[in-house]
Amino acid sequence: MELYQKTAAELSAMLQAKEISAVELTQSLLARTDAVEDKVQGFVTVTREQALAQAAKVDEKRAAGQALSDLAGIPMAIKDNICTKGTLTTCASKMLYNFNPPYNATVVEKLAAHDVVVTGKANMDEFAMGSSCENSAMHPTHNPHDLSRVPGGSSGGSAAVVASGAVPISLGSDTGGSIRQPASFCGVVGLKPTYGAVSRYGLIAFASSLDQIGPFGRSVEDVAMLLDAITAHDPKHDSTSVQTPFEGTTRANLRADVKGMKIGLPKEYFGAGISDEVRTQVLSAADTYKSLGAEVFEISLPLVEYALPVYYILSSAEASSNLARFDGVKYGYRTPHAGDDLIALYTKSRSEGFGAEVQRRIMLGTYVLSSGYYDAYYKKARAAQRKIRQEFAAAFETCDVILTPVAPTTAYEIGSKTTNPLEMYAGDICTVSVNIAGLPGLVQPCGFDENHLPVGMQLIGPRFGEQTLLNAGLAFEQASGLKNIVAAL
Amino acid sequence: MKYEAVIGLEVHAELSTQSKIYCACSAKFGADINSHTCPVCTGMPGALPVLNKQVVHYAAKMGLATGCTINRLCKADRKNYFYPDLPKAYQISQFDVPLCENGEVFFYVDGEKKSCRLERIHFEEDAGKLLHDEIDGTVVDFNRCGVPLIEMVTKPDLHSSAEAKEFLEMIKTTLSYLDICDCKMEEGSIRCDVNVSIRPEGSQELGTRVEMKNINTFSGAVRAIDYEVARQIDLVEHGGQVQQETRRWDDVKLKNTVMRTKEDAQDYRYFPDPDLIAVEIDDDWYGQIQSEIPELPIARYERYLNEYGMTAMEARQLMDSVSKSDLLDAAAASGKIKPKAAANWILSDISKYLNDKEVELSDTKLTAQKLVDMVCLIDSGAISGAAGKKVLLSLFETDESAEQIVERLGLKQVSDEGAILALVQEVLANNPKSVADYKAGKKNVTGFLVGQCMKASKGQGNPKIINKLLAQELDKL
Repeated sequence: MELYQKTAAELSAMLQAKEISAVELTQSLLARTDAVEDKVQGFVTVTREQALAQAAKVDEKRAAGQALSDLAGIPMAIKDNICTKGTLTTCASKMLYNFNPPYNATVVEKLAAHDVVVTGKANMDEFAMGSSCENSAMHPTHNPHDLSRVPGGSSGGSAAVVASGAVPISLGSDTGGSIRQPASFCGVVGLKPTYGAVSRYGLIAFASSLDQIGPFGRSVEDVAMLLDAITAHDPKHDSTSVQTPFEGTTRANLRADVKGMKIGLPKEYFGAGISDEVRTQVLSAADTYKSLGAEVFEISLPLVEYALPVYYILSSAEASSNLARFDGVKYGYRTPHAGDDLIALYTKSRSEGFGAEVQRRIMLGTYVLSSGYYDAYYKKARAAQRKIRQEFAAAFETCDVILTPVAPTTAYEIGSKTTNPLEMYAGDICTVSVNIAGLPGLVQPCGFDENHLPVGMQLIGPRFGEQTLLNAGLAFEQASGLKNIVAAL
Repeated sequence: MKYEAVIGLEVHAELSTQSKIYCACSAKFGADINSHTCPVCTGMPGALPVLNKQVVHYAAKMGLATGCTINRLCKADRKNYFYPDLPKAYQISQFDVPLCENGEVFFYVDGEKKSCRLERIHFEEDAGKLLHDEIDGTVVDFNRCGVPLIEMVTKPDLHSSAEAKEFLEMIKTTLSYLDICDCKMEEGSIRCDVNVSIRPEGSQELGTRVEMKNINTFSGAVRAIDYEVARQIDLVEHGGQVQQETRRWDDVKLKNTVMRTKEDAQDYRYFPDPDLIAVEIDDDWYGQIQSEIPELPIARYERYLNEYGMTAMEARQLMDSVSKSDLLDAAAASGKIKPKAAANWILSDISKYLNDKEVELSDTKLTAQKLVDMVCLIDSGAISGAAGKKVLLSLFETDESAEQIVERLGLKQVSDEGAILALVQEVLANNPKSVADYKAGKKNVTGFLVGQCMKASKGQGNPKIINKLLAQELDKL
């Protein structure tokens, strides 16, 4: 078995037993990256030299007998919308094609303290807007299980590089499904934590009230290990950050036990629009839970049908304001065609620097916040958001977790939906309500379709229900054997 | 026709917190360009604001001092617009729920008490500054970005430039009493926008208003208002109509010009800032803020008029300076001297010293206790009033008590009648011509003889006693 086929937990054990060095491991995974990157194109930037230097430092520390984190020396990728000091952070946008942040995101600081080895910045839909990674201004990323298909998005690069074996773990961000849907399409495990559990400081904002950084891995244990490293209350840098009851402890508390666990299946998630194969696989996962001693029953979340419009109104409104700072004045792309005209500097820099989808969302968001439309759109969407939150809160009075599909279909062909944005938006139907309600959501593979493409399932928990989700995920992973799936490339 | 001016003000004051409103950078004025900056206040991608609660504390103090209701659960909103001095392209301000609402400010204009209602006071962040340079083009200095501001918006209750000026002065004095703003006009610590409309005298309806920006001083506000009122009256008298617009005041050319009309008014697309959480002022915090509200300037002014018997001018001069009126009140509180006596010293010699040296009272070593002791020495006849002035100079600059200074400078007044009588007799013996003149009816030589006696006593003779004994001796002749 090659090193790239091992999980982070397995590699961590080998590093600690000094069976391999961090430099050897990093070289080995950089070699895997070289071998598959032409096909997958999951990275915007590969930080080869820095990674090897970082790995050498870890080896020195280990040789000196220093106590090290379990993650020390483990290579990983970071989504390219998370600021890394001195390393290009582009958001896969022409607007930030040359942006070297002067500071590290809180999560990057945390990971550095764990001596993680960052081998690169992962591709994404521009400014995290999209569900297929096709909106990257750099290049599209390909699904490692079928290179003609999309890896999902927006964290498509982060999911693909884990599925391809280039790295065992990575960080993504999730505003409306951007971790969970690509995890599903690529057959890996991805977690969107409770809103506030992971500091957003240094995450280039798309929609501040919905954005959340989270881990990818090929096993529930790896995801728990990475979650433990990044969860932290960050009151000095992020006002929306909160203290969690599970900080740093989810891996230690993993129990593959769902006996007596109450699992709700919301009927609205299994109706028309969901492909038969996806429905069948997720329902069969429900049967697995029953056989493991869980209590599985149908529930109803009728307001879910409003989640999609609420999501697109709120996220676009916030985006229109968050992305206003990219004006060609301070950093990033500046038009060469403005002369001395300030308004032309703004309009041309933004028209030339942003891609079509980003411009579409900025216009949508500007519209819903405009005087005369604010009450009809933004305010109403906020009211609906409160209702949806209440509905989930009520549901969690009767169940411990909610089991749903992740996306209506498995990974689709590259280019098949790019001409119809609304069809693309509809693909987010199963994931957006989790962000609207600020809840945690875990996605992991639950089977394959007839084209051998991974099918994912989503477990939704109450606020701070991460441990329960991970335990339920681990139980299914052990029962199904669907773990550590590396695409054959 | 006669017209009445209707004026409303929007006053911005920078709060004197140590750090900025949403990051840890220093809020101090005058640093090197872009030296007080960080990812947050320069609007770097991914940087997030964290509220400095001192700002809420200070803003609420101003609210309580002006009789506002405090909204105990407050939030921040984004005001979106593009400008190079605004790095995020939105200003974090407050929109529909300001921290303070429905206040009222009282002030005097020519001896008459007036008031102006406050619609709201909210907190927000300042923008940066554009420095225009003919050689290098325009440089953006982000040091001011994120310096905390309060914006105070009045109702249209003012009717003349004089009222506006007195209102502004009272706002400034109140800010300094609360110690929440350094009130340095030349550094832009207080700025205001003016809204002006006119209406026929007696009418209750509001006319179309014009907003004026770029007013940097209170006297500039007076000139801008007078100009605009005259412009509007002239316009209407000549059959024109006032347009709702924003005009830019030029305090050099003494005129204003159109900046933007109603048609191109901006839509700021306010919405709650999702990066910030609501702040609640709980009972403990509210109580703490309340306990920090001192006696307000208007109350102090009225007390000086009514209890201390001062003139309006004296009371006003003292009220204007929190340090001088604090000194007065502390001196008066000793119960040993008359408040009026302390006021005289403060408004004359003490003020002159501070002006001459260009220092604040707090920069000197003068204390109320020292002032009281010195005045007591004069009242008891231990030193003369003239000696008191000399003592005062040392009180500013040394740690000595008034008695110690009197001792060191040998200023103790001689009131021993026997010693002074000997001195008077000696002076009379040495000045036969003056004595002869006196006898011949030239009574005005007395002044000269008093001076000779003072000189002979090396300035330490009690002038009252010298006068008395000299008169007595001259009468005997």
